[in-house]
Amino acid sequence: MALILNGDAELWAIVLLSLKVSIFAVLISALIGMPVGAALAVARFPGRRVLIVLMNALMGFPPVVVGLLVYLMLSRSGPLGVLELLYTPTAMIIAQVVLVTPIIAALTRQVVEMLAEEYSEQLRSLGVSRLASVPVLLWDARLALVTALLAGFGRAIAEVGAVIIVGGNINHVTRVMTTTIALETSKGNLALALALGAILIGIAVAVNAMVSTLSLQAEREGLRHA
Amino acid sequence: MIRNVIRAAWIAVGLTAAPVSAEEPFIVVQSTTSTQNSGLLDYILPGFEAETGIDVRVVAVGTGQAIRNAINGDGDVLLVHSKLAEDQFVADGWGVERFDVMYNDFVLVGPKSDPAKVRGGMDIVAALTAVSEVEAPFASRGDDSGTHKAEMRLWDWADADPTDASGTWYRETGSGMGATLNVASGMGAYVLTDRATWQSFGNRGDLEILVEGDPRLFNQYGIILVNPDKHPQVRVSAGQRFIDWLIGPDGQAAIASYKLEGQQLFFPNAK
Amino acid sequence: MRDLTLDMSSCLSVDGVRITRKGKSLLNVPHLALDGPGPTLILGPNGSGKSLLLRCLHGLIVSDRGQVRQDGVALNADHKARQAMVFQQPVLLRRSVAANLDFVLKRQGMPRSARKSRIEELLAEGGLDGKVRQSARSLSGGEAQRLAILRALALDPETLFLDEPTSALDPNATQMIERMILRASTRGVRIVMVTHDIGQARRLAADIVMMQGGHVVEHGAAKQVLDAPKSDAARRYLAGGLVT
Repeated sequence: MALILNGDAELWAIVLLSLKVSIFAVLISALIGMPVGAALAVARFPGRRVLIVLMNALMGFPPVVVGLLVYLMLSRSGPLGVLELLYTPTAMIIAQVVLVTPIIAALTRQVVEMLAEEYSEQLRSLGVSRLASVPVLLWDARLALVTALLAGFGRAIAEVGAVIIVGGNINHVTRVMTTTIALETSKGNLALALALGAILIGIAVAVNAMVSTLSLQAEREGLRHA
Repeated sequence: MIRNVIRAAWIAVGLTAAPVSAEEPFIVVQSTTSTQNSGLLDYILPGFEAETGIDVRVVAVGTGQAIRNAINGDGDVLLVHSKLAEDQFVADGWGVERFDVMYNDFVLVGPKSDPAKVRGGMDIVAALTAVSEVEAPFASRGDDSGTHKAEMRLWDWADADPTDASGTWYRETGSGMGATLNVASGMGAYVLTDRATWQSFGNRGDLEILVEGDPRLFNQYGIILVNPDKHPQVRVSAGQRFIDWLIGPDGQAAIASYKLEGQQLFFPNAK
Repeated sequence: MRDLTLDMSSCLSVDGVRITRKGKSLLNVPHLALDGPGPTLILGPNGSGKSLLLRCLHGLIVSDRGQVRQDGVALNADHKARQAMVFQQPVLLRRSVAANLDFVLKRQGMPRSARKSRIEELLAEGGLDGKVRQSARSLSGGEAQRLAILRALALDPETLFLDEPTSALDPNATQMIERMILRASTRGVRIVMVTHDIGQARRLAADIVMMQGGHVVEHGAAKQVLDAPKSDAARRYLAGGLVT
């Protein structure tokens, strides 16, 4: 416990790696998930409902299964084995992207669909096509989308099942907060594990507070510069 | 503002999200939780890394999973403790050659109340028979690990098949040694564990060692280079260097010098 | 400034338009020609098909049968690009007042420098000069509707459709908007506006389309329709309207 409070360098490296992996994963997921979610919100095609149901279901995809699938892809005997990505932070980012993208896509779809309903006639009156309306809607839904990002980040940073399989919990390489907690629990160091858990919660709170402050500020500044 | 945030995120993330220092040579060792949880590897590896500049990345799982991962080629060296399975691994061509590295022993721990009255005994088979007769709670790894395989062999010698009682007094956790010890500690169950993990375990609660010293509790560790004929990406020279070091005088001395609370946990016995 | 003579010759017409939903006829207009300079006000009770007709004219709804024509040609994308519409509930983008105008100007390919001065000009026209950077969603009802009208005018439309733009506003706000509409009409924008307010029709209309039950029951000069309605339906609506 004193170790934690004194800001042990090794611990901070673990915290930093957790943040790096999860922030990177959320950014990539947003780049994929937001356009996909928005497209699903405005497009009309057969099978759309099925896709939405599928996407919503993927939000609850068990991390261990995701970890296993990513492992099988990245393993040397798997199709992407030549890339030598297994047991690297990149592998953990990939697994988290698979976990987080459906969350961001599904929440984006929901938010954008509600907004699209409100804007529908106005945008059509202005001659904005469905496709062209996607960036408009995404931008106007930006505040709600920040929440989607945070939900994704929450899942990513708190997840252990997938990253321990594809990362291997290798000291100084792929050991993150959650896998450290798992390791310390298995060593019976329950107090240390709990303390690490408290730090994890603290980080989650801090990130949420920071992003919501920044997005409020961004909103105000955005209006000033428009 | 938003642009600034994104820039900050990229700075925070971008620099090191790529595999850490790709130019530094490294090997991946598939090993067991006992070598890691006991602190042995953290203790001996810096010596090897300083000497050779080779970073040793340890993936600590059960012996069964470690062997399966090695069969998939996801490791360069295998360091586990189940001689039969290791020999099979080499015989099937997945490994080059097996070397003895070190040994320690298993111990039977259980609650202080000791409902099966096995305390102080030296005969592990008799102790297990007693546990099964009074149907005292027993926590098993149940995960095909080296410890689990050893435990099943002991039950076999006791002419008992506790899996018939699975879910009643016999509890299979399907987890690592530490997690299983946590379960046993929580429910006051008997459990077979390697001494190293037990020694370094922090949540013993009401548990203590009840049976130890039976020659049948001997626990041998072996090391194998994954066969490059099966997986050409195996880092042969670095992996072989690690094996040579570990079974050589420096590695053996390092193993012998690792002590926890004044007690030596692993005994080098490379030939 | 638009050429007034050209506008006067342009004709928006409806031929054999029918809209039926679930076996119920919602709109049935065999023929209607809007060829005067306007403003044209479409008047009638709730559910008479006023808004539906307006949406057909703007191409937001395609009728089951019949056609909307601009100068004898079926309504096409080019025609629609020269139309604009303001809705009962203004739909403003979640951006600043200026950004709402900038959005449509940019879509028209206006260069940045020109946009800036055009925005200032428009905001002055709508009395929103002081609100450039304010969030559009924080405007009052009247201000929001004025911004919606400015945004429609920013498109420089030939025809401006308005669907009960003042129905939720107080008399003061209503008056400001009516003035904006009249100024636009004077500048040559053809106004087609739905209202249920007879007083408003009297104040603004050059000609009036009276609707009832999905039918056009009367179309004529404002004075004639209001003071000497020919149809029973119009007479009844005007009588009822005067009472309330």
